[in-house]
Amino acid sequence: MEYTVGAVITTPGNSRITKTGAWRTFKPIVDPEKCIKCGICTKVCPEGCMVLGEKSSEIDYDYCKGCGICANECPKKAIEMIIEVK
Amino acid sequence: MKTIIEGSRAAAEAVRLARVDVVAAYPITPQTHIVEDIAEMCANGEIEAEYIKVESEHSAMSACVGASAAGVRTYTATSSQGLELMHEILYVASGMRLPIVMTNANRAVSAPISIWNDQQDSMGQRDTGWLHLFAETCQEVLDLTIAAYKIAENRDILLPVMVCMDGFTLTHTVEPVDVPEPEEVDSFLPGYKPLYKLDSKNPMSFGPIAFPDSYMEFRKMQWDAMNKSRDVIKQVSREFKEKFGRSAGNGLIEEYNMENAKYALVALGSVAGTIKDVIDGTDVGLVRIVSYRPFPTEELRNALKDVSAVGVIEKDVSIGLGGAVWIELKALIDNPCYCFVAGLGGRDIRLRDIQKIIDDLKSGNVEDVNWVNLNV
Repeated sequence: MEYTVGAVITTPGNSRITKTGAWRTFKPIVDPEKCIKCGICTKVCPEGCMVLGEKSSEIDYDYCKGCGICANECPKKAIEMIIEVK
Repeated sequence: MKTIIEGSRAAAEAVRLARVDVVAAYPITPQTHIVEDIAEMCANGEIEAEYIKVESEHSAMSACVGASAAGVRTYTATSSQGLELMHEILYVASGMRLPIVMTNANRAVSAPISIWNDQQDSMGQRDTGWLHLFAETCQEVLDLTIAAYKIAENRDILLPVMVCMDGFTLTHTVEPVDVPEPEEVDSFLPGYKPLYKLDSKNPMSFGPIAFPDSYMEFRKMQWDAMNKSRDVIKQVSREFKEKFGRSAGNGLIEEYNMENAKYALVALGSVAGTIKDVIDGTDVGLVRIVSYRPFPTEELRNALKDVSAVGVIEKDVSIGLGGAVWIELKALIDNPCYCFVAGLGGRDIRLRDIQKIIDDLKSGNVEDVNWVNLNV
């Protein structure tokens, strides 16, 4: 890595390099049968890891930290938090 | 132009001459006339600076960090409790390598409540990664403040500088001060060109997290920059002397009456003037520390190598061991070295107090740590 004066990161977009998915203890699983694609989870995810897929909302597990806000906010209880298995 | 002004005004004049862009300050107690004078200069159009009034010293230093990261010359002033409240952000400023300059009016810290002079406040900030320069006179307050920007902004250094001046003894004392013309200062101190700056057209991240695989390397870079600053301070001091005809010793220390000295006193700040008055024509010399951080290790070793005993007179104490300067000096030199804690909370250090210190030092009637001029 480059050691800049004052630890300044001189190019934008570096958070892509740091995959925060490894921080997870609980992992959200979407049940496509229950999901109505209302999109609430895409709006409340603090990491921007939820996108609306063809059948249901989908999760980017590279960056999802497992906070569980999506599961808590889902009106159809379509997201289950399970213990992460590495 | 020679003029008669108080030390606080000398600091404000230096800020004007340095063409500072942003001043952030918390304008009430324990503040001094410095930021009051700067506010007046801003209002009169004598300084084209953004003057930010904040709600605490913690915020004052935080605003300075933001302004300096945006790439402009930044200043603040504080004192005692205010400096203590800044403590957390002082590490941020030095870690982010921001060349902020701050005046600290050295005053005692609570409790008991005191508004008077000693140097405990800045000694508590010793390890924050700032350079600490101590002025002896109101003239030196002006000179060191201007020089501080040149040192801080050097690309090899990029560290913040605290210019320390004794509260009341300098801040509220009126002395003759030679205030240079703006053009003279401009030719000595060019405008600040930041290495990196916050800019929406060229986005960068400042102050990010460093994991255990890189934190130590960034700290080592700070260490290296501080070590390099010894040469830069001496170089800037030489340039200042060429331009303005005066300097604070060699920038790191000042030796006085040391040519044939058998004994030496070591001190910082304005008490050096009183000491010089006592030791003229005697076998006692003075080594005044101008730069406390970086600590002038080689210079002190060389200056003190031939004396039979050293007395450190200091206005601070690390409760449980001794004066901060004495502790460090004792680790550096082999001569017998004694600590004289004096002038805490504004107690006068009189000529006869200095004389008694010298008498005790010569007779060997001393302990490691001696408290000067106690009532009991």
